[in-house]
Amino acid sequence: MAAATGVVSEQLRRDVQRRKLFDQLFVLLGMTVMFAALATLAILFLDLVRDGAARFGWDFFTSFPSRNAQRAGILSAWVGTSLVMLVTVAVAMPIGVAAAIYLEEYAPKNWFTAVIEINVTNLAGVPSIIYGLLALGLFVYQFNLGHSIAAAGLTLSLLILPIVIVATREALRAVPRSIREAAYALGATHWEVTAHHVLPYSTGGILTGMIIGLSRAIGETAPIITIGALAFIAFLPTPPLSAEFPYVNFTWLSDPFTVMPIQMFNWVSRPDPEFQVNAAAAGAILLGMTLLMNGIAIYVRYRYRKKINW
Amino acid sequence: MKFRPFNTMLTLAALALSAAPHIAAAQSTVKVDGSSTVFPITEAVAEEFQIQKRGKVRVTVGIAGTGGGFKRFCRGEIDISDASRPILAAEMQACAAAGIKYIELPVAYDALTVVVNPKATWVDQITVAELKKMWEPAAQGKITRWNQVNPKWPNAPLKLFGPGADSGTFDYFTEAINGKSKSSRGDFTASEDDNVLVQGVEADANALAYFGYAYYAPNAARMKALKVVNAKGQAVLPSAAGVLDGSYEPLSRPLFIYVNAASVAKPEVREFVEFYLTKGPALVTEVKYVPLSAEAYKIASANFKAGKTGTGFGGVPEVGLKVEELLKREGKH
Repeated sequence: MAAATGVVSEQLRRDVQRRKLFDQLFVLLGMTVMFAALATLAILFLDLVRDGAARFGWDFFTSFPSRNAQRAGILSAWVGTSLVMLVTVAVAMPIGVAAAIYLEEYAPKNWFTAVIEINVTNLAGVPSIIYGLLALGLFVYQFNLGHSIAAAGLTLSLLILPIVIVATREALRAVPRSIREAAYALGATHWEVTAHHVLPYSTGGILTGMIIGLSRAIGETAPIITIGALAFIAFLPTPPLSAEFPYVNFTWLSDPFTVMPIQMFNWVSRPDPEFQVNAAAAGAILLGMTLLMNGIAIYVRYRYRKKINW
Repeated sequence: MKFRPFNTMLTLAALALSAAPHIAAAQSTVKVDGSSTVFPITEAVAEEFQIQKRGKVRVTVGIAGTGGGFKRFCRGEIDISDASRPILAAEMQACAAAGIKYIELPVAYDALTVVVNPKATWVDQITVAELKKMWEPAAQGKITRWNQVNPKWPNAPLKLFGPGADSGTFDYFTEAINGKSKSSRGDFTASEDDNVLVQGVEADANALAYFGYAYYAPNAARMKALKVVNAKGQAVLPSAAGVLDGSYEPLSRPLFIYVNAASVAKPEVREFVEFYLTKGPALVTEVKYVPLSAEAYKIASANFKAGKTGTGFGGVPEVGLKVEELLKREGKH
C-alpha cells in the first residue's frame, strides 16, 4: 500500500516538475519577446538621438524652419502639435467619456445599442487616411473651417474617439458592482451613483485611455496632410492669451499650422544631407514627447489608484 | 472625491464651442502651395520676406505637388501656385470655369541631371538618342545591359532609377527624351523621394538615374554627373552657365509661380511677388537652382506690373523654349 502511494506521488512530482518547466519556458519566451520589442525601440531611439545629437539645444526649439539646416528649428512644429493636441483633448474627452457613460451605465441592451457598439469597435480599426478624407469634406469644406488648427484637432479627435470610448468603458466596468449597490441602498439616484462614485473611481483608467489616444494622434501624418497642413510655417498662431479684455481669444483655432511629423517628412526629403540631422533630432523629440505622455499616464493611474480606498 | 478634471474639460469645450462662430482669418497672409521642386526657392523667399516684414505678413508654403497645387489654386484657396511645369489644358479649364485668372511667372531654371556611380568609368557623356534607348517604353524588359545601349559600354546590368509618375520631373524628362510626356518604360526603380534615388546610385556601380540638379549638388562627391550631348553635338555638363546660354539642352527646364490675378489687389501678395522677382535670383543660387537672366526677370516684373494674365504655353508642354521669348508671348486662357 505504502509502496503504491510512493510510486503515485513520485509520478505526481515528476508531472508537476515537468509542468513547472513548461511554465518557466513560457516565462522565458515572453521575456525574450518583450526584450526584443523594447530593444528595437531603444535602438531606434538611440540611433535617432545619435544622428540628431548635433542639433539638440535650446535654439532648435526656439527657431522657425529655414532653408539653412543649422538655423532651422521646430518652433512652429511643436507649438502646432501642442495646440492641435489641446483641441483634440477638449473635443474627444467630453464626447468620448459621455458616450462611454451612456453605453455602459444607461443604454438599454437592444439592437440599436448593439449596432453602435459594433461600430465603435470597428471605427478603431479604420485607416487614418479615411478620417482625413472625411474631415476634408466635412470640416474643411462643409463647415468651412479651412485648413486650420480647429479642423486638424477635430479630425484627430474623431480618430481617437473609439479608443477613448473603449478605454472609458473598460474603466467604468472595473468599478465593483457592490459600490454601486451600496450607493443605491443609501438612496442615491442613477446619476448620483455615476457622478459621485463610478466616475471618480475610474478617472485613472479614463485618463490613461485618453493619453494613449493622444499618443496615437501625435504621430499621425496622413490625415493631417489630407486636410492641408503646410510644410513651411515661419510664424506662430495668434497667442490665446492677451493683455486686453477678454484676455482669452480663439483666433488661433483658425490659423494655419504645421506639426512635428510633417516637419520631419519635409526634412527627410530635402537634398542637403544636413537636413537629415534635423529630421533625426525632430524624430527623437517626437518619440520623447510620446514617451513623456505615456509616463504621465502611468503616473496619473498610480495616483488615482492610491486615492481609492474601498 | 470630486472629479475636477472633467469639469475643467467641459468648461474648455464649452468655451471652444462658443468661440467657433468667431473663426475667421484676420492677419494678412500669403498662401502658397504646389510643387516640391519649387518649394526650396519659395521657402527661401518666404523666409527672407517675413524677416523683412518683421512678422506683419504671414506666408504659408505647402508641398501638394504641381498638380495638387493647381487644384487648390483653381478653387481659389491659395494666392500662388508653385509649378515645376506649365499649367495643363485641363487645369486651364478648371481655372476658367471658376473665373480665376492668373499671371504666369518663370522664377528659375532647373537642370535635370543624369548621374551614374563614380565607379562607372566607361561613361562620361550621353546622347539624347542613348537616353531614349534606355528610357523609352519599348525598352521595357529588353534593354537591360549597358552594351545594348552603346556597344562600347561593358556587358553589365543596367540599373535605372527615376522619379515616380506623379512628379513634374518625370513629366519633363519623358517629354524631352521620349517626345511624349509620361511615356516611359515602367521597369525601373521609381521613388517620389529623390534621396532614395541618390542612395540607389551610390550603392550600385551599374546604376543610372535622373533628378533635379539640387539633389545632385550636395551629393556631388558620391556620384558622377554625365555630360549631355546637345543638338549641336557639344557634350555639356549641367551648370548654371550651360543652362543660361542654352547649351545644356534639352534637359534644362524653367520653374514657375502662378499668381492669382485677383490676389494681386492684396498689398501683401503684390509685395511678396515683387520681392520674389527682385531678391529671388540670389536666393535661387543659394538653394542650388539656376537663376534666369537679368533680362528675363525684368520682363517678368514688367508683365506682373502690367497684370498680364494667361499662359504662354496654351496647355501644351514645350521643350527647349527660351524664357525671354515665352514671357513676350500672348497669354492664353
